[in-house]
Amino acid sequence: MAAIASAPRRDAETSRFRSRLVTFALVFPTGLWYVALLVAPLLIVLVFSFGIRARNGGYEPAFVLDNYVRALSRPEPFITSVQMALAGTIGCLLVGLPLAYFIATRAGRRKGLLILLLVVPFWTSFLIRTYAWLIVLGPDMGLAGWVQTLTGDDRFTILGTPVAVLIGLVYGYLPLMVFPLYVTLERMDRSLVEASKDLGAGRWATFRQVTLPIALPGLVTGSILVFIPMMGEYVIPQILGYGKTYLMGNALVSDFLENRNWPNGSARAVGLIVLMFVTIATYLWFVNRGRGSREVSVL
Amino acid sequence: MSAPAIPAAGALTQRKRARPTDRGASLVEGWLRSHAILVYLFLYLPIFVVVLFAFNDTTRRVTQWGGFSLRWFEVALNDSVVHRALTNSFIVAVPNAILATLFGTMAALGLQRVGKRARLVFDALTYTSVIVPEIVIALATLVMFASGFDAIEAVFGLKLNLGHPTIIAAHVLFNTSLVLLLVRARLSGMDRSLADASYDLFATPWRTFTQITLPQLLPAIVAGFLLAFTFSFDDYVITTFTSGPGSSTLPLFIFGQVKRGVTPETNAVATMMLAFTLAMLIVGQWLLRRQARHTSGPTEKGSMTGIIADAR
Repeated sequence: MAAIASAPRRDAETSRFRSRLVTFALVFPTGLWYVALLVAPLLIVLVFSFGIRARNGGYEPAFVLDNYVRALSRPEPFITSVQMALAGTIGCLLVGLPLAYFIATRAGRRKGLLILLLVVPFWTSFLIRTYAWLIVLGPDMGLAGWVQTLTGDDRFTILGTPVAVLIGLVYGYLPLMVFPLYVTLERMDRSLVEASKDLGAGRWATFRQVTLPIALPGLVTGSILVFIPMMGEYVIPQILGYGKTYLMGNALVSDFLENRNWPNGSARAVGLIVLMFVTIATYLWFVNRGRGSREVSVL
Repeated sequence: MSAPAIPAAGALTQRKRARPTDRGASLVEGWLRSHAILVYLFLYLPIFVVVLFAFNDTTRRVTQWGGFSLRWFEVALNDSVVHRALTNSFIVAVPNAILATLFGTMAALGLQRVGKRARLVFDALTYTSVIVPEIVIALATLVMFASGFDAIEAVFGLKLNLGHPTIIAAHVLFNTSLVLLLVRARLSGMDRSLADASYDLFATPWRTFTQITLPQLLPAIVAGFLLAFTFSFDDYVITTFTSGPGSSTLPLFIFGQVKRGVTPETNAVATMMLAFTLAMLIVGQWLLRRQARHTSGPTEKGSMTGIIADAR
């Protein structure tokens, strides 16, 4: 009797066990990669940030806060990064908002094509698109050359200045700002604009009181999407800024590779990561405020 | 005042008001349109310049136009350094795309079957891999490999070096998250009723997967594969810090050239890279279109841009 009754139960148990095994096998490779190449390196950086520099470079175990104190006492790269990323975000917004508005409300049947045209550069090499500006802004034939002949000032240059870096930042990250803006503006109920105008509101008032609040979620998402990678940008300041606009990325590379001061670089890296997470947490708070669900949206 | 006069008066004032706003409206329209045109010029001008000067028949300055010529393509194609860089790029990008697509798709399917807490941990790690700046991950990985290899040498006397495997390992991390996000977006928007029907008809889970779920997921998987390949093929930051002697890829070659001064050969290599990436995009788009017709799904979902927009 007992044997007969337990047979189906054992069957159910084996099938549940097999199902668990399949689940485990499915997530295992990604989990392994996350642990070995994400959690482990970041933990190492965290541990190293409390250590001291070995005599011939690298890391020597210790528990000191010197690296953080030093990073805080020399915050220039950090401040420059925040300034450039903020300026870049505002630049993307100024260029991207009218464009997104145009595509969402005026483009008609060409919407798909215009979005595709935004995606295509995004697929092509970031490095190539960045160094292309060396030619465009350069003195030989580019913008700087024109300004030189116009003003007669031979020393006028754009390359190697923060302006060149800013142009590179806006150029590189613009699509990331336009996509979320476009999505929110596309979903906008156009009759709200009509209603606002019928009620006698002017164009500017309608934009400020109707369109802008509706576009706000997309605006915030877009800003986060461009601000975060801009903070950690390394290639653009290297190529277009000649390494003279000294951002966090440049500081990290010189800490780790040139000075071989791993603990110092680690402390800076931890600082940067903390800033990223504070930004994201603020963003999530903003998005979920007033909403009951804890569903994590976008990104 | 008679009743019909009121709407007439209203219409009159409205017409009066409408005239100046019309002019304002056309001004705004014109501004929006020209702004859009300028932005697209801004986006494509640099790319156009690179391609143009790749065909420049000059031996001196890159930007001094000396007529149309294919000579720099010949130079680039016969350059053994370019050959090695190109080979390295494929040695890295192909296994990376295969592994990332496989792992990411598996994880997206597996995450549907795990508990809430496990999924939360996984999500946190996925987003972390996207949020933490590339340069930080690159340097952290470099430090980990360097210390790890030192330890291995001290204990086992085995000397390990940075090279293709370390680049691939680092690329797979980032690209797996990407594929995972793409496939999961597709899974969550998928119609469950077909899979349920398949189970009701006593199909095995494996058969249901291969005949129902997989075909529906295919567009996202293809998009994920192509994205993973392209990102790896174009990546500079992670590659440069995880590569060793003799394993430098095309972007590393281009960066080195740019630092020494752009030559027409640089532009020729860049142009070929651009053409290759665009060809991949077009092939991907074509595959997805075909797929969308076969499964008669909504065509919008079948496009590459649709899928990328979905995941965002």
